[in-house]
Amino acid sequence: MINNRIPAGELAQKWSTYKSTCKLVNPANKRSIDIIVVGTGLAGASAAATLAELGYSVKTFCFQDSGRRAHSIAAQGGINAAKNYQNDGDSVYRLFYDTIKGGDYRAREANVHRLAEVSVNIIDQCVAQGVPFAREYGGLLSNRSFGGTQVQRTFYAAGQTGQQLLLGAYSAQMRQVSIGAIQEHNRHEMLDVVVIDGKARGIIARNLVTGEIERHGAHAVLLCTGGYGNVFFLSTNAMGSNVTAAWKAHKKGAYFGNPCFTQIHPTCIPVSGDHQSKLTLMSESLRNDGRIWVPKKQGDTRKAYDIPEEERDYYLERRYPAFGNLVPRDVASRAAKERCDAGYGVGTSKMAVYLDFASAIERYGKTEATKQGIHNASKEEIIKMGKGVVKEKYGNLFDMYAKITGEDPYSIPMRIYPAVHYTMGGLWVDYELMTSVPGLYALGEANFSEHGANRLGASALMQGLADGYFVIPYTIGNYLADEIRTPKIDTKQKAFDDAEKIVKDRIAHFMNVKGTKSVDYFHKALGKIMWDKCGMARNAAGLKQAIQEIRTLREEFWKDVRVPGTADSLNPELDKAGRVADFLELGELMCIDALNREESCGGHFREEHQTEDGEALRHDENFMYVACWENIGNNEWQLNKEDLVYDVIHPSQRNYK
Amino acid sequence: MEHTTINLNLKVWRQKNAEDKGQFENYKAENISTEMSFLEMFDVLNEKLINEGQDPVAFDHDCREGICGMCSMHINGRAHGPWSGTTTCQLHMRAFKDGETITVEPWRAKAFPVLKDLTVDRSAFDRIQQAGGYVSVNTGNAQDGNALPIDKKNADASFDAAMCIGCGACVAACKNSSAMLFTSAKVSQYALLPQGQPERTTRVMNMVAQMDKEGFGACTNTGACEAECPKEISISNIARLNREYLNAQLSL
Ligand SMILES: Cc1cc2nc3c(=O)[nH]c(=O)nc-3n(C[C@H](O)[C@H](O)[C@H](O)COP(=O)(O)OP(=O)(O)OC[C@H]3O[C@@H](n4cnc5c(N)ncnc54)[C@H](O)[C@@H]3O)c2cc1C
Ligand code: SF4
Ligand code: FES
Repeated sequence: MINNRIPAGELAQKWSTYKSTCKLVNPANKRSIDIIVVGTGLAGASAAATLAELGYSVKTFCFQDSGRRAHSIAAQGGINAAKNYQNDGDSVYRLFYDTIKGGDYRAREANVHRLAEVSVNIIDQCVAQGVPFAREYGGLLSNRSFGGTQVQRTFYAAGQTGQQLLLGAYSAQMRQVSIGAIQEHNRHEMLDVVVIDGKARGIIARNLVTGEIERHGAHAVLLCTGGYGNVFFLSTNAMGSNVTAAWKAHKKGAYFGNPCFTQIHPTCIPVSGDHQSKLTLMSESLRNDGRIWVPKKQGDTRKAYDIPEEERDYYLERRYPAFGNLVPRDVASRAAKERCDAGYGVGTSKMAVYLDFASAIERYGKTEATKQGIHNASKEEIIKMGKGVVKEKYGNLFDMYAKITGEDPYSIPMRIYPAVHYTMGGLWVDYELMTSVPGLYALGEANFSEHGANRLGASALMQGLADGYFVIPYTIGNYLADEIRTPKIDTKQKAFDDAEKIVKDRIAHFMNVKGTKSVDYFHKALGKIMWDKCGMARNAAGLKQAIQEIRTLREEFWKDVRVPGTADSLNPELDKAGRVADFLELGELMCIDALNREESCGGHFREEHQTEDGEALRHDENFMYVACWENIGNNEWQLNKEDLVYDVIHPSQRNYK
Repeated sequence: MEHTTINLNLKVWRQKNAEDKGQFENYKAENISTEMSFLEMFDVLNEKLINEGQDPVAFDHDCREGICGMCSMHINGRAHGPWSGTTTCQLHMRAFKDGETITVEPWRAKAFPVLKDLTVDRSAFDRIQQAGGYVSVNTGNAQDGNALPIDKKNADASFDAAMCIGCGACVAACKNSSAMLFTSAKVSQYALLPQGQPERTTRVMNMVAQMDKEGFGACTNTGACEAECPKEISISNIARLNREYLNAQLSL
């Protein structure tokens, strides 16, 4: 039986009751308790800083050269909070409801409600740290809308919200480093979790500069290591984003929750050739003002602006009049794929749709002219003023687009196509964010999260910071209160020897294969299998085939990979080899999970299960559960189910029409 | 976009480790699509080196979209290469001509020792931040976000300074290897906000002291940093830091 440890009582009271009744650790005891935080993104940095402020002794790890470079830095559009500053009908309940519905009824009510409750504190905390959010002329905080909602609850800092939030959390972390409460380990990669008597007691890490294998003991280990979208090779994730830490935890007993739930983001810059190393997101915030369309005629080769208004198909506005361009991501992505597959795509590859700002530019231009008291402004003047407003809102995104494509998005519409972006799946955690291994926690994108089968925009930043600033500081105390008599963890114990040996043997194996193909060769091959058969649309035959192909590829990898250089120096190819080896196992589990889930929900679209008009068709009677996969060794898994119970919301077919 | 393929000669700095003296090596990069990013061109080169049994070129990178600050190549004598307001990862091969020779070096500065090839150690920046780049507010101590209205002009100016990605191009571009643009951007972000006021004097004093301790050079106002900064951080931040520093000294 899976125990999710959701507290009893009314939904809205659960978290406050929990907080006032959970066990505490007194300040003197905190000092002698060690906590390892792997990852310094929003989840890790906020957790590390807060736990150190509370008095725990914290060690952080990240593979980049500085904590500030974690992948969270790249988040663009914004962070949600139920502040209702716009007086447009928002509330904790509405944020909770939107998130559950957006996730297609595959998330836990109690967790999501807690998330909505603490969302308001996050904004306050970040403002206090000096995060320069966008403001209105009156000096108050500004908001925008994101997909899947009808209120304006997204706080932002131009197109660099993740950067500003992360730098805020990083500054708090640096403050604790300066007083010795946090010890940093940058350019370090965690390669195993050490479990003693069933509890997580430390990690094995590799110093990526010297190659040294290190042992670190602690009373609890937090994995804040981000998502695994890079299993697809091409994604919007940073190049180094990986599953290794989570995967090692999985192999040591932590269940992996809903691995097949992947988010494909509708608005990314399309692939331009075989050399492509990653894909770049164009923030969802652009859908506030950009209109998505394709030509009404199949195979139309005219330039965008030679196609008259009446020959354009604004297909999202047509199919979903209530939400229009702001439907959730899964819906928008599938709609783009549908149009392109049907032959209406644009650009050289025909695998793209337009994201057009012409009407927004004109609308803003007119408002600006009126504001400035110019009543007879010419069309050119209006457009010029409109471009100015759009530049202020989205300037950095437009610049990014221009640099990559060589085209000017202010005058010709952007070409966009869906790309892998986020993973809702991840390590299974209970209400306290603890995995199925006691003392081992997972925060942020690394856990299977509050987003069900589809995450709403601007909710990952919210979740990462909620986990780190406001949830773990309480829940970890409830565990550590019983650990105050555990002395400092001795890293000479046998469990550390064993874990270290496995890590060293594996590295030695990589160095000795001396095969014929680079790590990237295998990574790209895996990515292609995953994208073709476990991507935006999936079916049983394809998934079965994918599983076979991945097994074959994995065997070939271990026999034929070529890792140059040495193991005792900076060697990025060796780092990549370890990550790809883990992706080659995870990919199989994702396909198994996708095959098992005989329904469509959120980002998981099984072609066999759709409504007449092509929408995702859930089967609540059979699949209202979290798939918690347990590793039973040798690439074999057992499925455990955590039933999802809806006490407050009544699941229905999602409708954005 | 129209795209063509070009051939290039690369002159790349190779250095085994911090102790090694290092030297330039010449490579050919062939059939490079002008649609590629500069780092994708390096991926192609590395794939070739691996297939030939040679050691690939080590370089730092992660986000590949101009925000993490990890990429750091000195290209044809310019930090992050020929395009202004651009990081190495955002630079695209459209910027180069067929047959051109491109020289690629790591950041050169005493405070940024080379670890391998094009990879340097920038941990000095973290230590400058630790010296005072924060507001001392523990989690849970905050008042309502809108209880403190902030003049939009100041909020925007603070954001402009806060956009710094900590890449170190300013240091690499400066003949004195000064870290003033980086440090002043952080000092300015807080100096422009009410939240930054309580620690205003200690912050600037401590951050400047740490900067000097790390071995960064003095600022002689040549403006090379601003010209090469991929985020176009304004040199007026340096003037602000100097005022802040002076005021802090006077208030001691
Ligand atoms: C381009 C882009 C834009 C986005 N925009 C938004 C947005 O506008 N709003 C929103 O809400 N969400 C957005 N997201 C999603 C959001 O940014 C991420 O989900 C979130 O930042 C993840 O944070 P994290 O702290 O969980 O992990 P990350 O920020 O990914 O951090 C992972 C950390 O773990 C470390 N790490 C990983 N593996 C190891 C290992 N084995 N050993 C040691 N260290 C390790 C890394 O070094 C890093 O420090 C966006 C995502 C992308 C890709
Ligand atoms: S000031 Fe500019 S050049 Fe210097 S570290 Fe910041 S972003 Fe890089
Ligand atoms: S790789 Fe992140 S800024 Fe270039």
